[in-house]
Amino acid sequence: MLLLTLIIPLAAAAVISLLGRWPNLREAVSLFASSALFYAVVQLYIYGREAVYQGVELLRGVPIAFAVEPLGLIFALVASFLWIVTSLYSIGYMRSNKEYNQTRFYAWFALSLACAMGIAFAGNLLTLFIFYEMLTLCTYPLVTHSGTEASKKAGRTYLGILLATSVGLLLVAVVCTWNLTGTLTFTPGGIMNKHIGAGTIAILFFLYVYGVGKTALMPIHRWLPAAMVAPTPVSALLHAVAVVKAGVFTLIKIVVYILGVDFLKEIGVGGWLVYVAGATVILASLIALRQDNLKRLLAYSTISQLAYIVMAVATFAKEAIMVAAFHIAAHGIGKITLFFAAGAIYTASKKKRLSELAGIGKRMPWTMAAFTVGALSMVAVPPMAGFLSKWHLLSSAWEEGNYFVVGTLVVSTMLNVMYFMPIVFLAYFRPETTVHVTGNLHDHGEAPVIMVIALMVTALCTIGLFVWPGVFWGLAERVAG
Amino acid sequence: MLQHAIVLQVVIPLLGAPLCAFVPRAKLAWGFATLVTWCAFAMSLMLLMQVNHSGAVTYALGNWAPPIGIEYRVDMLSAAMLVLVSGMGAVGMPYALVSISKEIEETKQSLFYTMYLLCLAGLLGMIVTHDAFNVFVFLEISSLSTYTLIALGKSRRSLFAAFEYLVLGTIGATFYLIGVGLLYIKTGTLNMGDLARLLPELWDNSTIKTALAFITIGLALKFALFPLHLWLCNAYAYAPSFVSAFLAGTATKVSLYVLLRIVFTVFGLQFAFQELPLGALFMALAFFAVLVGSFVAVFQPNVKRMLAYSSVAQIGYIVMGISLASQAGVTAGLLHIFNHALAKGALFLVVGCVFYRLGSVQLEDFRGLGKHMPFTMAAFVMAAISLIGLPLTAGFISKWYLFDALIGEGRWLLLAAVITSSLLSLVYIGRVVEMAYFKERQPHDVAVAEAPWMLLLPCWVLVLLNLGAGIFSAQGVDVATRIAGRLVDGGM
Repeated sequence: MLLLTLIIPLAAAAVISLLGRWPNLREAVSLFASSALFYAVVQLYIYGREAVYQGVELLRGVPIAFAVEPLGLIFALVASFLWIVTSLYSIGYMRSNKEYNQTRFYAWFALSLACAMGIAFAGNLLTLFIFYEMLTLCTYPLVTHSGTEASKKAGRTYLGILLATSVGLLLVAVVCTWNLTGTLTFTPGGIMNKHIGAGTIAILFFLYVYGVGKTALMPIHRWLPAAMVAPTPVSALLHAVAVVKAGVFTLIKIVVYILGVDFLKEIGVGGWLVYVAGATVILASLIALRQDNLKRLLAYSTISQLAYIVMAVATFAKEAIMVAAFHIAAHGIGKITLFFAAGAIYTASKKKRLSELAGIGKRMPWTMAAFTVGALSMVAVPPMAGFLSKWHLLSSAWEEGNYFVVGTLVVSTMLNVMYFMPIVFLAYFRPETTVHVTGNLHDHGEAPVIMVIALMVTALCTIGLFVWPGVFWGLAERVAG
Repeated sequence: MLQHAIVLQVVIPLLGAPLCAFVPRAKLAWGFATLVTWCAFAMSLMLLMQVNHSGAVTYALGNWAPPIGIEYRVDMLSAAMLVLVSGMGAVGMPYALVSISKEIEETKQSLFYTMYLLCLAGLLGMIVTHDAFNVFVFLEISSLSTYTLIALGKSRRSLFAAFEYLVLGTIGATFYLIGVGLLYIKTGTLNMGDLARLLPELWDNSTIKTALAFITIGLALKFALFPLHLWLCNAYAYAPSFVSAFLAGTATKVSLYVLLRIVFTVFGLQFAFQELPLGALFMALAFFAVLVGSFVAVFQPNVKRMLAYSSVAQIGYIVMGISLASQAGVTAGLLHIFNHALAKGALFLVVGCVFYRLGSVQLEDFRGLGKHMPFTMAAFVMAAISLIGLPLTAGFISKWYLFDALIGEGRWLLLAAVITSSLLSLVYIGRVVEMAYFKERQPHDVAVAEAPWMLLLPCWVLVLLNLGAGIFSAQGVDVATRIAGRLVDGGM
């Protein structure tokens, strides 16, 4: 069953690439594969808590290994479920926008999901690294899908930053770890021992934090706004969910299962991360304030939200780590809704910029309703999922006396309101401007039905996660120990 | 048969060469050369199994006992190298049929295969022999035939490249000969085992130190260590496609093998690395090789030249590993000898496919090939991933062990150089990928179709070997570690 989570998307990719001439069949494969994958992951959640698989030994004593583990389950459940919804959405988006090379798109998409599953269920750091790199490579064709000069440049930034950090910093950290401890297996409590000096651990920690470029921590965050050049389904699933969550997932896994939270607290290393993450939260929000392009604004919002997760982990507090794990799900579902809405707006009206969105609430009521739900989740207003994360983080920080975190949360919430709420107001309460910008469809209605369905599903799930957080909250608890 | 396998390994290609010259028709010559190559490959596999099973095999040529007679000796390292060299030839032969018939005139093709067999014989001879002077003989055999092979290239510059290589290569070989001569003067023997026995008493002797210096410089020229690498760039760029691929995978590797033999087996680690600063010298040169090679590659308009400069950097990795003179370092060096041969061989073969269709290897002309030659470019991308050293490929394994060796010894500057070079390799490979996949073919461009399957098949065989070595690496790494351990400890 464990291997199935890899085989299903891989097989899907292979089959999809052959079905270019029968688009409906091809799309059916995507939908079927994503459903099958989600089913497999759910089965693992219910029955396969202890499942383990060891493959060929790549290095002495380090095989390619997979293991089911609560954090991995969170990631896998979110990614696989959202793949189903994104497949639906993609069908609407790609066809309505008459995109080229759709077969290539769906095939690489499936491959990227396979990589995400590999990351989710990696049993040791080597396996994680392998799939982490493969995810970067598999998403590159998706980022540069349109083949334009702009997408090529974006692709360079994307690949450049992600590979530079992973080869230059992360790989060094992993090899160092192997050199020092002789093992790379994820173990509760970490694999470090007291003989390794604090200085070494400090450097290792730094290498790990910045080596995982996918967390989009400043100053290695530029790849994320660059990636917005991709078609919106890519931005939605990959850059709101799979890729960025792979980043924070990797970081949490390393902190919890390689370095060890208690070990880090004892040694007193890594205190600086809270401040860097907090700064990222604020700075990214400030930059978001100034954005006119909707997707770029969402990208900076994502950077900010990811930094929440990093900040939570950086406090090394049990409840905060729980929040970090939970926020993988909460943010993912909220952000994907926002991106879906952005893509719907573009598809229906060709509009990309905030300044053009006046009065769009009347023309696209469902889309904007979903957008509002997503925005409120980011701002953390009940009954949206985002509220749970922020509330618990706030309370954990208050209890620990971590006033920096508290302050950051308060300020950033205000900033979030400042850049999200005007969009909602603009859409609903302002009259439409009569200025017709070239390329926009002036007289348009709601987005295609299938996209709206996808939107509503994720919006409802955002609320649903608030009402029934049990599954993810339970898993998150087990991560924190 | 088996007891003579060692010498037959060399004799069969050596005798095959002049016979090939008499074969009248080009295709028959190819057939004959293929037969010989595959025989050599089969024999190398047999030797490998034999050595794996019962340890090193020795053979006295003509039954004259060493140290007066010439001794042939094959241990694990030699056996593995034999498989590599003959394997590269064996994989490349189907490729040669199609590519050489296009690149060389019909009347000259028999001569081409003759020279190729001589080169193969020379390379194999360098590996099996245990006599220092015999190495020189085979070195010259392989070098002279290589010069001819390069000169047969289609470009006007092939002749110049061959001449440049001839001059520099002869200097290198002469240096090596001088070094061996100095050793002979002082010890009276040419047999490597004997030298190893006699040399420890002579460590203080300046003649011996000079001998090592001459030999090292001579070999460094042959394996293109910076700054003695200049011949490589032109030679690889302007040789026929098959020749570039074959040489990339073998010529420099065999010279590196000879270096390992001389430094570790004959002179011994203590003398070379502790009495003399060979380690420091190699580290410094490797540092520059790695950076300069990668950096210059970024700016090359000719893709083959770019790959040649890339090879300079990769050889830098190998030398860096060896320069650490530790089991971990030599393991990394050994692994990269094999992995680089696989990756670079594949890349040159792929570029040869492009040359076959386009008649050019300029970067500009790769425009839009992603769509028109999908399998060719896919092979390029996968081999390039191995070159860059991303996971699941052979290149990742050797890079991992190189990192491990460097981190273990705390060589942070060297590590930084290796990382920089990896990122630079991303840039120069990225240029090709962008040109192939992001640009469209213009109406005035040469019309292209996918490469013929006989060219593609060897490319993909090598690509799959890259992946296989990257995934099922454990056994290979164990073997390399054992060999490295023995080299570092005892020399044998």
